[in-house]
Amino acid sequence: MKISRREFIRDGVAAFTVSFAAPAFLNDLALAQGVRSRNLVVVYLSGGNDALNTVVPYQDQFYYSRRPAIAIPAGQLLQIGSDSSGKALGLHPRLAGLRTIFNEGRLAIVQRTGYANSSRSHFQGTDIWGTANPATTSGLGWLGRYLDTLPSPVDALAGWNSTRETPRALIAQRVAVPAIPDARTYSLASPNGAAEALNERNAATRIASNAPGDRPHLSFVNGSLIGALSTLDRVASVNTYAPSLVYPNNGFALALRTVAGSIARGIGTRVYWVQTGGFDTHSAQGNAGGGAYANLMGTYGDGMFAFYQDLRNQGLLNDTLVLQFSEFGRRISENGSQGTDHGAGGVMMAMGGMVRGGLYGTAPSLDPASSNGTLENNGADVRHETDFRAVYARVLENWLGANSAAILGGNFLAGAPAII
Amino acid sequence: MARGNWPVEHLLRRAGFGASADDLIRFEDASVSVAVDYLVEYDRQPDDVDSKIGQAAYVGITTGNGPFAPYTNIEHARQRWLFRMVHSQRPLQEKMALFWHNHFATAYSKLAGVVSGVQATKMLALKRGELPGPQGQIELFRQFGMGSFQTLLFEVARDPAMIVWLDGRTNFRARPQENFAREIMELFTFGVGNYTESDVYTAARVFTGWNLRLATPGQRNDDPNTYYEFFYNPNQHDINSKGFTFAIYPNGSGTIPARPASEGMQDGIDLIVALARHPETARRLARKLWGFFVSEIHAPEPAFVEAVSREYLLNNTEIRPVIRYILRSPWINDRSRWYTRYAWPVEFVVRSIREIGWNGLSIDTARTPLTNMGQQLFEPPDVAGWSLGPEWFSTGAMLARMNFASQLAANQRFNLSRDAAVARRTPEDLLGFFMNRLSPAPYDSAPYNELLSYLRTGVTWPLSDANLTAKSAGLAKLLVGSSEYQFV
Repeated sequence: MKISRREFIRDGVAAFTVSFAAPAFLNDLALAQGVRSRNLVVVYLSGGNDALNTVVPYQDQFYYSRRPAIAIPAGQLLQIGSDSSGKALGLHPRLAGLRTIFNEGRLAIVQRTGYANSSRSHFQGTDIWGTANPATTSGLGWLGRYLDTLPSPVDALAGWNSTRETPRALIAQRVAVPAIPDARTYSLASPNGAAEALNERNAATRIASNAPGDRPHLSFVNGSLIGALSTLDRVASVNTYAPSLVYPNNGFALALRTVAGSIARGIGTRVYWVQTGGFDTHSAQGNAGGGAYANLMGTYGDGMFAFYQDLRNQGLLNDTLVLQFSEFGRRISENGSQGTDHGAGGVMMAMGGMVRGGLYGTAPSLDPASSNGTLENNGADVRHETDFRAVYARVLENWLGANSAAILGGNFLAGAPAII
Repeated sequence: MARGNWPVEHLLRRAGFGASADDLIRFEDASVSVAVDYLVEYDRQPDDVDSKIGQAAYVGITTGNGPFAPYTNIEHARQRWLFRMVHSQRPLQEKMALFWHNHFATAYSKLAGVVSGVQATKMLALKRGELPGPQGQIELFRQFGMGSFQTLLFEVARDPAMIVWLDGRTNFRARPQENFAREIMELFTFGVGNYTESDVYTAARVFTGWNLRLATPGQRNDDPNTYYEFFYNPNQHDINSKGFTFAIYPNGSGTIPARPASEGMQDGIDLIVALARHPETARRLARKLWGFFVSEIHAPEPAFVEAVSREYLLNNTEIRPVIRYILRSPWINDRSRWYTRYAWPVEFVVRSIREIGWNGLSIDTARTPLTNMGQQLFEPPDVAGWSLGPEWFSTGAMLARMNFASQLAANQRFNLSRDAAVARRTPEDLLGFFMNRLSPAPYDSAPYNELLSYLRTGVTWPLSDANLTAKSAGLAKLLVGSSEYQFV
């Protein structure tokens, strides 16, 4: 019986098995599994992004009456036209780069994404978006299950996580996705000179190749060790990458620069994970289109735009799909501290050379009247219109060429937005 | 000095940071119950560890420019806490402070953005008397961490750091702020499944008016001599009655009565008492304590959860008798539990320094490595605390552990090779020396032989001075960087 890392984490008693691929084979393996093939970059806005201030239904009078302090004046918004229900929409003023991408037809915006009975807990919500199953917050992640469909043995760099902790979405059964928060420090130090350092590295690899069946937790940590040791050299090759432009100097943009380097170097990674935090804006979101939330939008939008231009300049845009999500949207009415509390429906975006740009889904009416079916929780929150798993399904089928029903545990393609 | 009292060494890893060389002598013939008394009744040991900072016999600190100011400089506060973990005669006090720091996880960076870095550090790490102002949150955990949970919860609810962290300062009567209200139920007490969304809104109303204020209004808040203090503002308290879906009072009533604003703080106290004494809070704490003390490999045994939660409730939510009960129980002491808990990064760092040595080392050396391992003190990733257990062990974090092992071994190479000179004759001698000095979980024969094979590679035995230094450092790195060393 094969046991996933996560089940192992939960139950602790089962055997974790990992097949150790010898480092020498890895480049061939990467080639076989598709260097320069399509890759997916998942961008997570952590904390619950305030979708209504990202993509603003600015002709809705309730937008202003329910957000007297934090509403963005209509005149500042970046016009992106109207959705299929005729609602005019504007992007946050700090998303100028995304508006350019939108105008070039390479940005898809999917409004009102989520699921029924949306969790208002960050932790449950993030886990649900990770498992792609609202009924469970544990077990394998949807991207992990995709990685598990790759031919065996799965390359240790098939997934690339640019944060320190492995997100649930990347928890796989057959591969420990490496965490590479900074490629420059992803190397092995030694207290000795070069020859002895090599002896140590070889010894460390052999010591960690032990996978005792009676101590699966030890095998598990050895799996991480081997994962690190066997990927060092390829990750190091990214450090000499010279991007075609200067990225903004923040963690999010620099992570995207590293991803661009990895794509350009043909590392062979299929799924990247990048995230940026601070979206839990309970207080002081800012007024008149400025302040804390504007800074968050600037970080997100400027990073995405730099990445987009860099990939385009390198001729790699058609190989890449960026998919952005957050664990929930926020409450419609602002709270007493000029912030917003946890809500429900949110917004997803997809960006890339093969994306069919445009507006998908319809904006909510923000009228709190009980007859308004686009809201829930007594008119407090946005009700989802598009199941987030429909977006996942479309990406799995039409971009990664995978069987989405097998990975998602059901067919969610019906009515999926045709973003790709 | 030799290892051998395995049951006591096991307890010292769990309820402390591993046995120091002194501990190995002190506890050579000690029984488990003697060791438990030593650990739990730590008030009998002196609380003078901070006075050792800067003395030659202890691990060093790095102050940069200016004096050591662990009450206003967060990097200094981190060093002071690590210093205490390495050298305290009251290891369980530091261990429980760490447990509560993860439980009531509060991060410096948000506080600093709101009230300045100076006040944020004071709110987290000030010791009474160092500067004007209430003691910092970590001191609160040291003072109340073994006392009644009900008291601890009350102290945390009015702790200035918590009021900034979970936005209590913007919880106004007209616009209740749900952040603290949600987390006191979801994370601090009985957990998801025991309350509804409407309870969250109601709890927010309960805590309206629980605020803080600058002691010297109008003063710049980056002045170290001013401070924030708790302030109950009756004008902002919602005086209406408040109904919950669970019992607040022993008679089963879930409704907090309407009260005049001047007595409104009692609303919060009533809710805190109800939450602290709720049987599901007792069980949730029992499960957390299982993971912290007993095992992360084995799931909490139902009998343990029932017994520990009963102990907690019978003792009026007092933590000390609960910890004593756990440490004396067969659940933790059975040898099947040895090395079944994943070491947190700070535990790994502190234990490795205690075993490898610190002569000439600054504790600040661990700062960046700890961040890379995923645990910066006073900076948990969010209010749920760190992701524990196997989740510490991403490839990047494991690499950071190996690299810290390397850095420490390089720093201590001459001390190590001097001590190991007695074992320079054969690879078996040298490996035996290090197995006695360090405390990894047992190696299977294959990796054990690989360690010997490493020692044989490229050198002749007996070792020359240069090779003794190189192999001692290399072996220390391999052992501390191996999976076997990542468990306590």
